[in-house]
Amino acid sequence: MSAEAFPPAVPPAAPPHPREARRQRHAAQLTAHRKEAARDRRVEFALGTLAAGTLALIAAMLVTVLVNGWPSFEANGLGWFGNSGDPVLQFRAMQVGTALPGHPLLYFSAWPLIWGTLLCTIGAVVIALVVSTLAAIFITEFAPLPVRRVLEPVVRLLAGVPSVIYGLVGLLLLAPWVNSLISIPRKESVQYVVQLSGEGLLTATLVLTVMILPIMIALISGALAAVPATWREGSVALGVNRWRTIWRVSVRAARPAIVSATVLGTARALGEAIMLAMIGGGRPWAPNPLDGLTFLFEPIQPLAASIVKEFGDNPNTPIGHTVYAIAALLLFSAALLSLAGWAVRQPLKRYGIGI
Amino acid sequence: MASAGPALQPPAAAIVRPRRESTSSWPLVDRLAYWLCWAVGIGLCVVAVGIVVFMFIKGISALRPSLFVESPSPGVLAEKHSGGFLDPLIGTFILTAIGIGIAAPAGVGIAVWLVEYARPRWLARAVESGIETIAGIPSIVLALFGLLLFARPLFAFLSGSASNGTVGGQSFLNAGIIMSVLALPLVVGASREALLQLPARMREASYALGKTRATTIRRVLLPSSRTGIASGAVLGMGRIIGDTAIILILLGTLKLEGAGGAPVLNTLRGTGSTLSYYIYYYAPSGDGNSPQKAYAAGFVLLMLVLALNALVTRLSKGLSLGTTTWTAKR
Repeated sequence: MSAEAFPPAVPPAAPPHPREARRQRHAAQLTAHRKEAARDRRVEFALGTLAAGTLALIAAMLVTVLVNGWPSFEANGLGWFGNSGDPVLQFRAMQVGTALPGHPLLYFSAWPLIWGTLLCTIGAVVIALVVSTLAAIFITEFAPLPVRRVLEPVVRLLAGVPSVIYGLVGLLLLAPWVNSLISIPRKESVQYVVQLSGEGLLTATLVLTVMILPIMIALISGALAAVPATWREGSVALGVNRWRTIWRVSVRAARPAIVSATVLGTARALGEAIMLAMIGGGRPWAPNPLDGLTFLFEPIQPLAASIVKEFGDNPNTPIGHTVYAIAALLLFSAALLSLAGWAVRQPLKRYGIGI
Repeated sequence: MASAGPALQPPAAAIVRPRRESTSSWPLVDRLAYWLCWAVGIGLCVVAVGIVVFMFIKGISALRPSLFVESPSPGVLAEKHSGGFLDPLIGTFILTAIGIGIAAPAGVGIAVWLVEYARPRWLARAVESGIETIAGIPSIVLALFGLLLFARPLFAFLSGSASNGTVGGQSFLNAGIIMSVLALPLVVGASREALLQLPARMREASYALGKTRATTIRRVLLPSSRTGIASGAVLGMGRIIGDTAIILILLGTLKLEGAGGAPVLNTLRGTGSTLSYYIYYYAPSGDGNSPQKAYAAGFVLLMLVLALNALVTRLSKGLSLGTTTWTAKR
């Protein structure tokens, strides 16, 4: 038995030990898994960037609109919000390019527009608040199934009708009717100051009410339906009738939703431009409540409608700066309102009545 | 005691109370409130039916087949020769396609991030309220912002520029991009609702199979929430079709007017209008002042909106404004 009989063993080309193979497979899987995890992170990052982009968009909007409107604020100071002179003349002066005597070219006082906005917005929101609460109660509680089957598409339809069609209907259906309500002596009594034509505060407010109703109804009825049945059953078990139960329990529990619906409705009404430009009466005018009933028929031209009416297409002109100042005011009000709406909705989430 | 247990169980059938109780025992004020609710509900129906019937009667009597195939000629005052609304109709479709083409993917992406990732927490809350803020921004302000943004030389490729090098900022592409911002909150809201309603076990099952989040989203979550996403997109389309303020600022010519270049790009970079702008133009308050045209176009627009509405209703069969049950539930 010599050493030659046993040559040194050549490392076999055989498959690796099972344990080693398992380790290799595992390593490959781990690499694949790491790759997938990295892809996952990339997806998360991309989507997160997209979402954060919305915030950037809002910031860019606030800044650029304010910057382009700033010359108007700067030229007028707090007088911008004041009531000095007729905006009609001021807009015309800016369009023509000759300043009003004794004033800079950018001279502008927005009070008639702001007042018009306040009047039609508050009017519409107050009416819509009552109507939408009752309508939401009706839909969630009282309406028999067939009626509810009709009402839901109706609300959705009212939400979907474009504002230009509301304007058309208001202009050609409601305004002539309102016009027929105004007596001739009433028209003659003010004819040297302002023309009453049926297009004005009353018409605008009524159409605006219909426009903001659907979103308010949807929000309020959603909250009413989400009030826990046990709360209502408890009340009914105590012998309280259904209306009282709804009013004292459901509506009370849904109060944050009602407030937030009001806030949303207000935002919608503030921003409505086209319809109000069509049926506001076409003249920046501050209706005076002291005029009695005539007040309701006087023309208005709210802020958003003024942009539609007065703006050409060049942001860097006097009229452009003024219009962007109006837009900045609208933008800041809208942002504040949605923040308020969001804050108001927080208590609802605590009850699990999320909307 | 134990043997008596089953006997104490309530009967299997639910106790169904009449849907409408008698109100005769209620105090007068409560009864008044009850009837006021009925009055408001019926009033809403009357208003909606009134609008639709008014537009139907006026629209059908003003509608001519020729209106669909003729281009508008804005300078002409005579109603007979001022053309139809072919261009606005095409413009409506182009703009809706661009707008929803951008808003749908972006909106779904944001909704997925909000529901599935939402890290860091503060950013998610900020984005949530940001989306709500965008929903509250008036479209006219969006349009003004768009004009300011796209009139920069950087975005000259999106719109035609004048010979002296100034960028007009008005084109279908620009208007479409701003329209997508308008539709974004609707898409995000609907997709978010749809994703939130998916049961947790679907995600868990996918994770248990070793799938990553990205795969789970793409292969499991998005396919099963597609009805919600689709109804959000349709709602967004409705919003885009109906908006006038953005057209007024960012398009604003009745006819399609190209801006040079390749055939399709030419139109996209050029200006035009949509049906809503056509109605605004021909309404008695507008420059055209030819109500017959406005009625006809209004009828067509309302038909489109009704069709989209019907589509949403079909898509979201179970979705409703909500109701309460006054029957004892077992």
